[in-house]
Amino acid sequence: MKPRFKHLLGIELLTRSDIIGILDQTESFLEVLKRPIPVVPALRGKTIVNLFFEPSTRTALSFSLAASRLSAHCVNFSFPSSSVQKGETLLDTARNIEAMRVDGVVVRHSMPGAPHFLARRLKAFVVNAGDGCHEHPTQALLDAFTLRQHLGSLKGKRILFVGDIAHSRVARSNIICFSKLGARVAVCGPPTFLPTDIEKLGCEVFYRLDKILYEVDVVNMLRVQNERTDLSLFPSIREYRALYGLTRERLSKLDKSVLVIHPGPVNWGVEMDFEIAEFPQTLILNQVTNGVAVRMAVLYLLAGGHEET
Amino acid sequence: MRQAVIDEQGLKTLVSQLASDISRRNRGVKNLVFVGIKRRGVPLANRLAKELSLNQKYRIPVGAIDITLYRDDLQLVAETPICGGSEIDFDINGRIIVLVDDLIYTGRTVRAALTELLDFGRPKSIQLAVLVDRGHRELPIEPNFVGRTIKTRHDDLVDIYLVEEDGTDGVFLTRR
Amino acid sequence: MKKPERVLLAGGRVVDPGNRRVRIWDVLIQDGRIAKVGKQLRATGAQRIDCRGKHIAPGFIDMHCHLREPGQEDAETIATGTKAALAGGFTKVCPMPNTDPPIDSEALVRFELARAKEAGFARVYPIGSCTKARAGKELAEIGSMKQAGAVAVSDDGSWVDDPQVMRRVLEYCKAFDLPVISHCELTGFPYGVANEGLVSTRLGLAAGPDVSESAAAARDILLAEFTHARLHIAHVSCAATVSLIRWAKARGVQVTAETCPHYFTLTDAALETFDTNFKVNPPLRTDKDRQAVIDGLADGTIDAIATDHAPHTKSAKEVEFDIAPAGFIGFETAFSLGYEQLVLAKKLSLADYVSRMTTAPARILGLPMPCLQPGADADLVILDLKARWTWTRDQVFSRSQNSPFFGRQLHGRVIGGFLGHKQFWFLHPA
Ligand SMILES: [Zn+2]
Ligand SMILES: [Zn+2]
Repeated sequence: MKPRFKHLLGIELLTRSDIIGILDQTESFLEVLKRPIPVVPALRGKTIVNLFFEPSTRTALSFSLAASRLSAHCVNFSFPSSSVQKGETLLDTARNIEAMRVDGVVVRHSMPGAPHFLARRLKAFVVNAGDGCHEHPTQALLDAFTLRQHLGSLKGKRILFVGDIAHSRVARSNIICFSKLGARVAVCGPPTFLPTDIEKLGCEVFYRLDKILYEVDVVNMLRVQNERTDLSLFPSIREYRALYGLTRERLSKLDKSVLVIHPGPVNWGVEMDFEIAEFPQTLILNQVTNGVAVRMAVLYLLAGGHEET
Repeated sequence: MRQAVIDEQGLKTLVSQLASDISRRNRGVKNLVFVGIKRRGVPLANRLAKELSLNQKYRIPVGAIDITLYRDDLQLVAETPICGGSEIDFDINGRIIVLVDDLIYTGRTVRAALTELLDFGRPKSIQLAVLVDRGHRELPIEPNFVGRTIKTRHDDLVDIYLVEEDGTDGVFLTRR
Repeated sequence: MKKPERVLLAGGRVVDPGNRRVRIWDVLIQDGRIAKVGKQLRATGAQRIDCRGKHIAPGFIDMHCHLREPGQEDAETIATGTKAALAGGFTKVCPMPNTDPPIDSEALVRFELARAKEAGFARVYPIGSCTKARAGKELAEIGSMKQAGAVAVSDDGSWVDDPQVMRRVLEYCKAFDLPVISHCELTGFPYGVANEGLVSTRLGLAAGPDVSESAAAARDILLAEFTHARLHIAHVSCAATVSLIRWAKARGVQVTAETCPHYFTLTDAALETFDTNFKVNPPLRTDKDRQAVIDGLADGTIDAIATDHAPHTKSAKEVEFDIAPAGFIGFETAFSLGYEQLVLAKKLSLADYVSRMTTAPARILGLPMPCLQPGADADLVILDLKARWTWTRDQVFSRSQNSPFFGRQLHGRVIGGFLGHKQFWFLHPA
């Protein structure tokens, strides 16, 4: 299989069959991870750089692990957020990477389009590990993979996103990804958390959680950043929790077959009560394991073969 | 020019011969496990195991190995091969592994399979069984059991068909 | 550029925007002025330029551009900018005062004029700032700037946020019959790098809603009505603003407006690739807005077309979309884009289109009426409307090369013209 795409910049640029191809490939890497020695030599001699312009230990770790389980060299660079504002770093970094002749770049950046900027300037392949409020494609792929493990297929399933859709790249990538796989997507949050024209992406919009929560197959909770209160998007954590939190009370009324996912890290007591961890269908830890397998599949598909000499 | 080298009946005979060679050499089948190399090594391994398990209490475990991630030409091929995953759900430590493939040619596939197998554990020994040996080895690897040796030129094509994969049994040689 | 005695432009189609007519006429130029216009003129001894198949129009006026001098001479200078203007057929340009330092005094207005004279390309009619240092707090010396040659005032780049200050600016300008040009953008909304809508939602770009422009325009229109002063709305980009201006004009408010070629040519769909050359303020909007802008031009709600020519260096634009400066160069593509989107698309006649870049801005700014009549300055352009061409980086006259239009097939082209005594040719007249 030669991937149709040279980079993984966003779910929006993938077709349904591209996504299914990556998910199928992920199955093999999940098997590799269960071996006594969970390392394969597939990407021996390849060098992958993790460029993190925004702190994210978990995602960086997951990509590093994926690279090393494929026997690639993985180098981590993180930059202070202050360097981004100066606006010279990205171009400089691109030039340096080009000079160092690395094979792949995994980039996390606070501004949308930064991976696209690198992709236009580099011979190396580029994986978007989150760009501002735009996309986080590997998170969407791992969530789709996790759900597929439990549901078989996402086709016709009702999936509800709850929280700050407007400032969430996970929400964007997941909404697009799940829709492409045939799910019926709904979003719920205070109107100040819902971006303009979100319904044109093909999702139903709800302002009241109790109106929709008990009718869905999957709940995808999103992180609420405390600092958002400063922007007068919602009045207080207390009110948010009461209206949109997956509280103990709501949980007790939830059907036990409903799956709950969250991109992490969770703000316990804000968007979710701690009791959710004991809920049978919370897949938060499955998501973490699958994250490595999905990222192995992505790196393998982008780095393997097709070296044009 | 394409010609049939082994027909359906001939292939059955070769499998039986291989089975009895393996059994004779190992003085029975105790402690043996079979691992087929994907794809056509897997049905062959199943056939051999089935034949050797007849009239035995011991059921020979059969695994499958996909060597895609261990290929030494991943950087050279134009397309990233899809990896099918390996299925070895038994412990190989201390066992005698019979590695099975339909064809041996340069020896590189077997090299990859050996490397991968050793990442699954430390077997007592590994033996190699192939249906057809067409020569032209590029590595010092020789099978322990060979169904048939066919003299070929480098640019000949050897096609092996198995019912399980292709709906029919037979071996064909195409000269170019 | 040589200095001709007498020149006869023979056989061209003369576009007269004042009378909305196009006729095959000869034009005789003598001493930098138009001497005669008519059929088959005789002019012994004159240089004869065969203009058959070409159009001749008054030189265009760009009432809104950024020439970056003083302060950002690495992006553009008055000399390079006015030369690029000529290449686009603009013989008169009005630079906005958001330079460094801003043009907020008589001396700085005179500096611009002196620089323009030295350069000798397009004529410059400076716009002074409304407030000192464009800070939106105290009135600038508008009277002295007018005396030095300023033709309008504007704090372009920012909106005059304080309603009391804006009211004072509008009132004060009545004494000098100067229009106040407003860059309508509410303060308080986060600075949007893209139009708020489906595209910004999909791309996760910080969004500026169109209501930021229209609500600002609404306040300024009502202030203009209240003060009986003259208001000009810069770079109209959205449907709501067009409706408001239409409403205001019907009420008799003294309001005029301009739009720019990109607002009737492009939409926010162009942002898909995060190419910073498409980042502009106000942002590219939806197709509905694009259509409304065209309708506004067609029914006269929007009076003028200006470029908002905004040069930026390569290094300034080679950054993340969020932090790239807004705007792109516009002189050299403006005429062709309007010709394609308005004339060829049958929204405006050729004469009406030309009036949006000649008589309309002249009327707003109080400049001599552009026309091709005996006695007028010989500021004119010669156009090849049949030309199909592609703009490439090596053709650029501006010092900066930030344009979203490279590689685009363009229709109609400026081949040269006259600037009083001077001839300028960008393509061979034959
Ligand atoms: Zn402006
Ligand atoms: Zn401007």
